[in-house]
Amino acid sequence: MNELFRRILWLPVQGSTVAGEVDALHYAVITITMIGATGVFAAALYFTWRYRRTDEAALTPPIRAPLLLELAVVGGLLCLFLLFWRVGFQQYLRLQSPPADAIEIYVTGKQWMWKFAYPGGQRTNARLVVPAGRPVKLIMTSRDVIHSFYVPAFRIKQDVLPGRYTTAWFEVVRPGVYPLFCAEYCGTGHSEMEAEVVALSGADWEAWIAGAEEESMAAQGLEVAARRGCLSCHTLDGQRHVGPSFRGLYGGVRQLIDGEAIADEAYLTRSMMEPAAQVVAGYAPVMPTYLGQLDAGEVAALVELIKSLRHPNPPPPGVDYPPIAPAAPTEAAP
Amino acid sequence: MSSYLGPPTTIRSWLFSTDHKRIGVMFLVATTVMLALGGVLALLLRIEHLTPGPTIMQAATYNRVFTLHGVIMVWLFMIPSIPAAFGNFVLPIMLGARDVAFPRLNLASFWIYVAGSLVTLAGVVASGADTGWTFYVPYAAETFTEVMPILVGVFILGWSTILTGINFIVTTHTLRAEGMRWREVPLFVWALYGTSVIQVLATPVLAMVLLLVAFDHGLGWGFFDPARGGDVVLFQHLFWFYSHPAVYIMILPAMGVVSEVVCTFARKVPLSYVAIAASTFGIAFVGFLTWGHHMFVAGMSIVDAGIFGALSMFVAIFSAIKVFTWVGTLYRGSISFRTPLAYVFVFLFLFVFGGMTGVAVASTSLDVHWHDTYFVVAHFHFIMVGGTLTAWLAALHYWWPKITGRRYAEKWGLVTCTLTFLGFFTTFFPQFLLGNGGMPRRYYLYDETYQALHVLSTAGSWALGSAFAITLVYLAWSLVYGERAEGNPWGSRSYEWLTSSPPPPHNFDGTPVFRHSPYDYHLPPGS
Amino acid sequence: MYAPRLEEHFDELPKQRHAARLGVWIFLASELLLFAGLFALYFGYRLHYPEVFIEGVVHNGRGLGTLNTCLLLLGSVAAAAGVGELRRDRDGRARILFALGTLLALAFLGVKGTEYARHFHEGIAPGGSGAFFAAHREPGWPVFFTLYFAMTGLHAIHVVIGMLLLGAVAVWIGRRRPGRAGAHRAELAALYWHFVDAVWVFLWPMFYLLGGGR
Repeated sequence: MNELFRRILWLPVQGSTVAGEVDALHYAVITITMIGATGVFAAALYFTWRYRRTDEAALTPPIRAPLLLELAVVGGLLCLFLLFWRVGFQQYLRLQSPPADAIEIYVTGKQWMWKFAYPGGQRTNARLVVPAGRPVKLIMTSRDVIHSFYVPAFRIKQDVLPGRYTTAWFEVVRPGVYPLFCAEYCGTGHSEMEAEVVALSGADWEAWIAGAEEESMAAQGLEVAARRGCLSCHTLDGQRHVGPSFRGLYGGVRQLIDGEAIADEAYLTRSMMEPAAQVVAGYAPVMPTYLGQLDAGEVAALVELIKSLRHPNPPPPGVDYPPIAPAAPTEAAP
Repeated sequence: MSSYLGPPTTIRSWLFSTDHKRIGVMFLVATTVMLALGGVLALLLRIEHLTPGPTIMQAATYNRVFTLHGVIMVWLFMIPSIPAAFGNFVLPIMLGARDVAFPRLNLASFWIYVAGSLVTLAGVVASGADTGWTFYVPYAAETFTEVMPILVGVFILGWSTILTGINFIVTTHTLRAEGMRWREVPLFVWALYGTSVIQVLATPVLAMVLLLVAFDHGLGWGFFDPARGGDVVLFQHLFWFYSHPAVYIMILPAMGVVSEVVCTFARKVPLSYVAIAASTFGIAFVGFLTWGHHMFVAGMSIVDAGIFGALSMFVAIFSAIKVFTWVGTLYRGSISFRTPLAYVFVFLFLFVFGGMTGVAVASTSLDVHWHDTYFVVAHFHFIMVGGTLTAWLAALHYWWPKITGRRYAEKWGLVTCTLTFLGFFTTFFPQFLLGNGGMPRRYYLYDETYQALHVLSTAGSWALGSAFAITLVYLAWSLVYGERAEGNPWGSRSYEWLTSSPPPPHNFDGTPVFRHSPYDYHLPPGS
Repeated sequence: MYAPRLEEHFDELPKQRHAARLGVWIFLASELLLFAGLFALYFGYRLHYPEVFIEGVVHNGRGLGTLNTCLLLLGSVAAAAGVGELRRDRDGRARILFALGTLLALAFLGVKGTEYARHFHEGIAPGGSGAFFAAHREPGWPVFFTLYFAMTGLHAIHVVIGMLLLGAVAVWIGRRRPGRAGAHRAELAALYWHFVDAVWVFLWPMFYLLGGGR
């Protein structure tokens, strides 16, 4: 039944775990509304035939719709439409909520190609390699204009924006190759951003992941941190310095001077670009902005470095940096 | 008996006329030319899509052609098509007035339209924009193509729309014939009133948005440049805040035409006058609250997505009320199936079909799959072409005797109506399937699995284009050889049919006092 | 002796005047919506960058903004009083009052020009270009000042239009001596000026006062 509808409606294979339920809603909405539309039109046709004009001078009865009938029709339709909305919205919530154990992959859209970066350091262009049967979360940004990450077989789509992260997630049902399209017009090469999602079975995925010999993103992040001067103010071992330590930073609730924030990828990125917006309580607002100085790859590598240090250890003995009073900002080391 | 057509018949007397009827005719001619231009561009796009690879143009050209097609169709045709042409002609007569409240402003509105159109089209000659009619930033700010003429041209056009809106609202309030109560105002007037409210309130927001893109593109001001702190999603909020109500500017007048044609050809009082009039304002009001449904995957918050989706369902209800009332008006009517009613039937089918796909895309999870694919393209063409254009054709055939004093050949009308429907359906139904299959919109190249549907769609476009061309031919023919029309060829009770066809310069001989409602077909004529 | 003309599509003058007044009010509604987009943009960005916006407001200072508010409000009082005098057939006084309104508008534009000159001198220009932004690197600074220039600039264009309207009315009163028959036209011009004033009353706190208590 599902397959029959799917073929009649020209839908792609149901490649992800959500595709089935989205399609079920699709079939229900289209069937019900088309039956309704047909009924309305059939009534119009019938009336036109049944009440065709036979006498030029004929008068017609002044029929007014009874209020109850109007309210019943309106109320019934409203309930039906809101039911569609309710089911659709619940599905949408699921589409927007990646599971906590999802594998994370960084996606960069640019004119006119897709680039993928894995925490283990692998980088691919135009081929997003993922494991089948496990949830995958994408952390996406654009290098230039708005693009949109669209895999029809998975029934997912998410715009990819410059200056921001957006996320999407999916879990592929079975191994295979699934086309990936850019779905937001982005210029001359919009239709040529060809890419595909390659879903590998468990063993093939392990082999692919292990086969990469590139430096992990976290290791790249360490190089960036040293090169860009981050380590002048941030330690890796839990000691507070001019700024908070990177160890134990990711994932917790940060107490800011004017509120709270959860230290996720967006928080970390914003801290690099707009440090004055989220100053942690007990620290001076002296961090300079790195807007325009770090490219997306370097930012992602730093984020991965900080994520790799998420488990706090006690600081080593013998090294003690005194806390700095917020009222007296010190000169940050270049 | 003198007619508004002349004397005088000099070109000067037409171009500088403050007579709402002449202005309406000039708008009709101008917008029809724009429709033909936009239509030719559409035919070119469809020819390009006959093959998956390049067919007749390069990618850069393709992107400019679809941008221009959208700009011309939305702003140079759809928005003024029914209000500025038929509204101008018919509204004052329907109210028993001698003209609109501000006739000189009306003429200004026409010339502003011409100026805006010329500036927009000048951009084509320069090099044409390739941003799509939606001008999304940052692409619109960064593209090297000539966006400025189109931005400025549409900005100018917006003022034409606003002036028309002001004129219609004030005319309805101050120039109704003596004794005409609000319950006797024809439904087409209510439709135009609702449209005018949206025009007056929404168009200025568009003007501002276009200015902001012009500042970003032309002056590098970076309102939406992420490197300078700009937010690209904010642009989308502002753009769609106008552009969603804009689609109601395009459909409400069409619905007004449908109300008039149904009542006239079924010779029946509307099933509920209040329902049609009130739902017009329901659409106008709620239509301002639904813009976010264009942005479900744009990076909007989940809460916003939920609210916009639910409100979009509400707006559909008002349209459903109208459809129910129209069909119920046919019940126990005395129905004559002439060309205008034939077009209304096409409208009923295509608008309801398209409207139901609108309900479907408002179901948020489904829109994730359909957004920015051919499904959406099909959806809005069903409403815009299957709805508004069809109603425009109905209006053209309904008021043709009133405007020109001639009758067209009825047989040709029914034949081209059928061809229009078949051509339209063959063009756009396959696009729903293309969208389901995952083909994104604004794509120059496509995978060959989609080719069969594209070829079918292109064939349909040729049928649709031919139907339109044939229509223009037999209507033009009727201007010279058509039989002369009597004052009220359809036997309608609506007020515009109480004067001659074509009307005299001041619409009525003497000051009219209407002693009946426009839809009292249950009473003997003349009571 | 000035006698207003009845257009041929209207039956009586009061109806015609009512129509003109209604038309102007609806036009003002659309002008309001023109600014509304920019207001929305301001509030959107202020939520994004609250500290920068507060600092920007503080940087603008209160003095010139408040002076400008007084100039505009006085202009509105003058225009309203002018309509009142015209209603009492006192053409001479009405003309002076409308001329005064025109001069106050001109003074506003002068103060605005001075402000802009000061900003340019400090290295603040629209689009985030200028030396100021090299020293103030956080995102949000360019947006704040570009919005400032765009909104006060658009408003200034409307001040010019209003000033020309008030000036034209002053000249017309001087030439035609319409007396109370001319109050209708003068009132419509004054109405436009009040609108321009009202918009400024919102721009004033947005760019000069809402500095977080500093």
